[in-house]
Amino acid sequence: MSAAGLAEQARAARRARTGWLLSAPALLVLLVGAAGPLLIVFAYSVLTRGEYGGVQLPLSGEGWFRVLFQRDIFDDTISLNTAHLAILWRSVWLSLATTAITFVLGLPTAWFIATRPERTRALWLFLITIPFWTNLLIRTFAVMEVIRNEGILNSLLLRLGLIERPIQILFTDWATLIGMAYVYLPLMVLPLYAAIDRFDMRLLEAGYDLYASRWRVLRRVVLPLIRPGIVAGCILVFIPSLGAYVTPRVLGGGTNMMIGNFIELQFGQGRNWPLGAALAVTLLVVVMGALLLYLRVTQPARARDE
Amino acid sequence: MSSPVPAVEARSVVKLFGQGNAAVRALDEVSVAVAAGEFFTLLGPSGCGKTTLLRCIAGFETPTDGAILLGGRDITAEPPNRRRVNTVFQSYALFPHLTVRENVSFGLEMLGRPRAEIRDTTDRMLALVQLDAMADRRPDALSGGQQQRVALARALAPAPEVLLLDEPLSALDLKLRKEMQAELKRLQHETGITFVFVTHDQEEALAMSDRIGVMSGGRLLQVGSPRDIYDRPATRFVADFIGETNVLSGMAEGAVARLPTGETLALPAACSGPVTLAVRPEQLRLAPPWEDGALRATVTGATYLGTDSRLRLRLADGTEMVARIPSVPGGESVPAPGTEVGLAPVRGAVQVLAE
Repeated sequence: MSAAGLAEQARAARRARTGWLLSAPALLVLLVGAAGPLLIVFAYSVLTRGEYGGVQLPLSGEGWFRVLFQRDIFDDTISLNTAHLAILWRSVWLSLATTAITFVLGLPTAWFIATRPERTRALWLFLITIPFWTNLLIRTFAVMEVIRNEGILNSLLLRLGLIERPIQILFTDWATLIGMAYVYLPLMVLPLYAAIDRFDMRLLEAGYDLYASRWRVLRRVVLPLIRPGIVAGCILVFIPSLGAYVTPRVLGGGTNMMIGNFIELQFGQGRNWPLGAALAVTLLVVVMGALLLYLRVTQPARARDE
Repeated sequence: MSSPVPAVEARSVVKLFGQGNAAVRALDEVSVAVAAGEFFTLLGPSGCGKTTLLRCIAGFETPTDGAILLGGRDITAEPPNRRRVNTVFQSYALFPHLTVRENVSFGLEMLGRPRAEIRDTTDRMLALVQLDAMADRRPDALSGGQQQRVALARALAPAPEVLLLDEPLSALDLKLRKEMQAELKRLQHETGITFVFVTHDQEEALAMSDRIGVMSGGRLLQVGSPRDIYDRPATRFVADFIGETNVLSGMAEGAVARLPTGETLALPAACSGPVTLAVRPEQLRLAPPWEDGALRATVTGATYLGTDSRLRLRLADGTEMVARIPSVPGGESVPAPGTEVGLAPVRGAVQVLAE
């Protein structure tokens, strides 16, 4: 290698060192603010539960064991804890369903906004963000007002003669689903809008011109090109849905718990901090897994053959 | 027209944009028939309605009134994806997420052609536009000229009855534009497809077209071969728009027209009353000022252009004129400003324009 090459290499190494030094404050914040608490939570999950909450030594696998299994109080036989499994399963399917619903509702909404004239677009976006001004709890109670037995929806359906007695929606999974779809819809609309805004509408005409129907233009031209927005929207909705706490608590009632409520229960009434910590780590792992899977599936930019 | 059934025809097409009194008449009773295999150009300044007419044929705009016929069949109500017509867009509108090959085969796929046919036709089209080597690239990895070729191949692949080209060369630099003009002519010759080409560039129109339709203000002013349009412009607008021209007004007195200067010019046909006359600059010859039939003029400026010189002159009544005087090897230079000369139109140079 030439002398110039070596000098160049030395400069690069120096730059790398200075780089580390300059990013030290950020790394410190990340370490203390993100990695630290996670380590503490993980440490809690492998300790023994305290009598009145909290944790104590010695180390124990009981917290993790109880995430999925239970021990019979009489004969100590080990079996899968179906109640826990049901909560995990409900969390996953409700989150997936929320993501799907917000996508189906969000795509036309975002399309509508992105195709308005420049002047009115800001107004529509503003309207979309209005719900964010209100506390989540209040918005959730508002949904309750709509779907409860004597609520707006049921009285309307009764008035129209479509149903004979009120449908029980409140305190079911459906109530949680409706509530989450409502709360997280803007998180889907905004990234979709950003992606559609960048989409070259002239490609629609090119698609029609080349014998594609509206549906095929959507599938073959629009969806592949706004994929970054779709991915972002789905991630933004799915992840908070999985950890949702207020919505399932208020609308789902005490019995239709999601994992967020279940974790809270362990740290509160349940007084089983190790189990709560283990559940929290589990949730984190599930989310990370889902994220990686999603990125893996959507990463290859090549449009797949039909 | 000579062909019994035109490839594409517009019948009294009217297109209004907007409502009521504020409506803009983008197309005003436009009727034109393009013969099969013809290279037809719609020529006009921006806003003249040429692109609107093209979009009506493609199906992106619905005429307010009138009909569009394709091969004798009324397609006015059909959506774009049912019309056997393809467009080369001004912006190319290539699908950025697809490779060159996938772009070109898109139309055939949508038509549901068998896989083998799609592959063969796509290969043939890529070879036709000399892009075989680029087949697996994305459009954004291509130069402007290459993207242009992909757009052409994509539109030609489904073998449309008519190919519509919306100012496809306007984004290219001059040299590339000249190359693509020749390329387009070759493609049209090899495929035998009817081309309807939209441009505002009169030189491009003259160089490429079998026939030209000149449009202005939503109306079709004149349709004819490039020669017709250039040599016998029907209106003052056409004469002005196609090439450079000298416009004179006069009073027709039988076989001659008397100009405000009192001099006369021979007319191609006898008529009477006020007339507008057009004479091309290159059809004016310098003559001695006393020559019979020559107009007396004073040279006000000259520009040497190589093959010829562009001379600016003024008639006795102040009318500005332009003459193109061919360069003669070793010949004398053009007269200096201030020189009194005679301007004689060559035979058949004087055209009478409709106003």
